[in-house]
Amino acid sequence: MTLPGATLFVVTAIFAMAGGLFTIWARRPLRAAMGLLVHIISLAAMFLTLDAQLMGVLQLLVYAGAVVVLFVFVIMLIGPAAEVGPIEGRVAPRAVSIAIVVTLALALSTTLARFDAPWVEVPENFGTVEGLGAAIYQQAAAPFEIISITLLVAIIGAIAVARSRTE
Amino acid sequence: MGIGTYLALASVLFGIGSAGFLVRRNMLIQLMSIELMLNSVNVLLLAFNRAYPANHDGQIFAFFVIAVAAAELVIGLAILIAYYRIKKTLNTDDATLLKY
Repeated sequence: MTLPGATLFVVTAIFAMAGGLFTIWARRPLRAAMGLLVHIISLAAMFLTLDAQLMGVLQLLVYAGAVVVLFVFVIMLIGPAAEVGPIEGRVAPRAVSIAIVVTLALALSTTLARFDAPWVEVPENFGTVEGLGAAIYQQAAAPFEIISITLLVAIIGAIAVARSRTE
Repeated sequence: MGIGTYLALASVLFGIGSAGFLVRRNMLIQLMSIELMLNSVNVLLLAFNRAYPANHDGQIFAFFVIAVAAAELVIGLAILIAYYRIKKTLNTDDATLLKY
């Protein structure tokens, strides 16, 4: 791994973790959405260090451009009620779940950190629009078409679930 | 600094997301935690694909994860709005209709 790549990785990793922690700590959902935005943008930059240029662009387009904006729309639609009061009572189950999650994450990360693969040279067009696009259309053309149907079903389902029933 | 660092970071991010999902009771923030978890899996897939770059399988998989995450979020927010219309709150502890 080259020095600029390692530097970019360290910076984006710090921002990704800080954004994620801010997302789950924030009292107000709008601030949580901003934390999510920081997290997503830093992950998009991190994808560049993994030679996944198209995935970085898609991450920015879909997550920063659509997902965060959708969250902000819903927060504005719901208004002050989007803020849920402080956690009352029953702290023990939450403490237990935090302990389990921290243990599992520590075990996973310390084990996975030992995975060592050399930074082999990537073939030409690896991760670019040309390379990944050709791979999708040659190896995964049918799933790619099914995804469009999935998104259509999601749109129809969202309209069916969320429409107001005025009688 | 190798592929292992990316994998460790992905598991830490997954831990952050799952802790947020388990501890918070705000439905919006729980949905955001799900997005954090899906994003961490994308990091994992892209890192493994970078370790074995002979084909694009990991990146194709991450592409589909992004598409499915978008569909899941749309349905989740629709359910959230329907829930808000009934309960006038987003606290998931108040969703007790099927509990008893």
